[in-house]
Amino acid sequence: MSAMPTLTEHPAALALTRRHRLRWWEPLPWVLALAFYFLFPRHLGFGTELLIMVLFAISLDLALGYAGIITLGHAAFFGAGAYTVGMLAQYGIWTEPITGLIAGAAVAALIGFLSGLVLLRTTGLTLLMLTLCTMALLEEAANLGHDWTGGFDGLTGITIPPLFGLFEFNPLFPKTQYLYVLGVLFVCFVFARTLVYSPFGQSLTGIRENTLRMHAVGAPVRTRLVVCYTISAALAGIAGGIWAQANAYVNLSTLGLDRAATVLIILVLGGYGRLYGAFVGALAYMALAHFLSQVYPTAWQLGLGLLLVAIALFARGGIIGVGETLVQRLRPKMYQKQPPS
Amino acid sequence: MMKRILAASAAIAISASWAQAQEIKVGVNLPYTGIGAEFAQLIDRGMEMYLKLNADKVKPYTIKLIKRDAKNPGGNDSRVATQELLTQENVDILAGWVYSPNAIASAPVVNAGKKPAVIMNAGTAHITQMSNYYLRTSFSMWHAGYAIGEAAAKQLKAKTAVVGYTDFPPGKDSLNAFKRSFEANGGKVIDEIPMGGAGAVPDMTPFFQRAKDQKPDVFFVFVPAGDHAAAVTKTYGALGMQQAGIKLIGPGDITQDTKLQAMGDAAVGLITMHHYHADLDNAENKRFVAEWKKTYGANTTPDFMAVGGYDGMALIVHIAHQLKGKIDGDKAIEAAKTFKYNSPRGPISIDPETRDIVMNEYLSEVVKGKDGKLMQKTIGQIANVKDACKAQKIAPCK
Repeated sequence: MSAMPTLTEHPAALALTRRHRLRWWEPLPWVLALAFYFLFPRHLGFGTELLIMVLFAISLDLALGYAGIITLGHAAFFGAGAYTVGMLAQYGIWTEPITGLIAGAAVAALIGFLSGLVLLRTTGLTLLMLTLCTMALLEEAANLGHDWTGGFDGLTGITIPPLFGLFEFNPLFPKTQYLYVLGVLFVCFVFARTLVYSPFGQSLTGIRENTLRMHAVGAPVRTRLVVCYTISAALAGIAGGIWAQANAYVNLSTLGLDRAATVLIILVLGGYGRLYGAFVGALAYMALAHFLSQVYPTAWQLGLGLLLVAIALFARGGIIGVGETLVQRLRPKMYQKQPPS
Repeated sequence: MMKRILAASAAIAISASWAQAQEIKVGVNLPYTGIGAEFAQLIDRGMEMYLKLNADKVKPYTIKLIKRDAKNPGGNDSRVATQELLTQENVDILAGWVYSPNAIASAPVVNAGKKPAVIMNAGTAHITQMSNYYLRTSFSMWHAGYAIGEAAAKQLKAKTAVVGYTDFPPGKDSLNAFKRSFEANGGKVIDEIPMGGAGAVPDMTPFFQRAKDQKPDVFFVFVPAGDHAAAVTKTYGALGMQQAGIKLIGPGDITQDTKLQAMGDAAVGLITMHHYHADLDNAENKRFVAEWKKTYGANTTPDFMAVGGYDGMALIVHIAHQLKGKIDGDKAIEAAKTFKYNSPRGPISIDPETRDIVMNEYLSEVVKGKDGKLMQKTIGQIANVKDACKAQKIAPCK
């Protein structure tokens, strides 16, 4: 027995204990995001939108990618956060940006928790339809509450005071907005990363892969799902809230199917169930849409459509999935060249 | 020799700077894709038509259009487009906006950018109050809505009315405008029926039956231009409301020229109030429509959106001439206030107080023309109509 490697030295154990460690390339997105700030000061409006979409996609990834909760109604929480922040500011109740975000997250989490209690009893297509319905109900509620929400035209009188009392939100050159969103995204990402590598995150993956077995080992499956859905909703609420602050504007589109579908496409494009899929997907989709539409204002959707068709046909794991496949193909060769130890 | 070279290079430098001053860069913010693409094309063509028909008036300036896709009514894409037109393209003038939410979302950027911005469609009344750089050459929902309330009471001699409206801001604006002026002129609105949202065309039958049961003199309907309008006339015909003596009236959105032929004979007798239809009888309009049909095909027609683009371009050229090609935001707004123009829709001007358009409103009836096609016959006119919402300082426009 003593000749056997101890349990902690077993290759599988090592792989498991090391999987949450920081990889060399992980600071890369943040360095690039900061470089973008200095290199393209005239593109920061687009950059801000992009970062918000990354945050929104990360929130969806927790529910869809990790826990396998199939949802088409995630914009419900984005909108809940946006309207919370927007309406608090509109009526002069609370305008401070960061605490406003917390309020947005709380309201979104509450809606996520209550709807999750009911919805997560179902799976598959039923779940998909019910999430869609929840979002449609919220959208219609916002439309009917026209006198408070501004309806289709949206909330128009949102003024956000300077961040920390120092940094103005300039509508023409949104430097403050960009860095603010980047900071919030970083905090949320670190949280999400810690979460998915925690035992709780592991159990979510387990539920996604084999719900029956998770039941069999005694995991509280439904509770875990509801908790995950609530956390995911809170993150989406932060994304929506910060969108409202950066744009100084909220309207029904924050609750619309368009937004929910776009974030789903972005996640699938980048690769779901992979932390960085949100980054890659949002960058690929939004940069392509943005710059193609500048060059071809009437026909840019064709280019985007072709990309999506290509991804759907040839790369089920999204862009990150393609990268992973390539790395795996290269690796065995490297091992073969190494002398046996 | 040296002198000559110097003189020549000086001349080149001068002409180069002259050429620079001559080009006016106009940033166009329109939804070129999605459900609004059709409207963006109409406005685009309206602008092109102006530049083509009035080439001599544009000289010595050249207008360069830089187009950006506003994509959807969500606000943020349009806002980013406005931002980039100002900061990346350094445009002199902004123009466009089909959807009101987009104009509302862009307002802070327009304010910070300090360049004149010509709204060519978006019709929510209070938008022009959101930035001092907004000018509007289209309409506010109150223009037609208020005018038809007056016409219904005075010219059509209606005592009672039922209002059916699509339940979104332009619909509510129309309802408020109509109700206010109809009741101020002695009429009475006996029922208000919300008829679903703008996203999808509902089955109009229950709403129309409810209106019919109350036997009003007129049934005022506001629905978005397009497929909604076709459903309205069909249901009106199917329920026999005309035979029951109930006149169907509404703002001109429901008889948009581009959709009129598709509405069929059920549309005959429909009475609308609007600032433009393609059958208006004036020389400018005849020239405009003839050139349009020649350029884009005999089966196409301009409509109120196209004329919004056409007049918007007229305003831009006016500003360019007044400021001699050097566009400064505040001076441009002052220059725009002196704008008076003989448009295809008749004489128009910019109200110096509100920066909104002042124009005639025409009461029209849909009739069958000699060639069997539907056309609109002007049966009444109210001259120099201002946006009543701002003129009377009604709630959202205070």
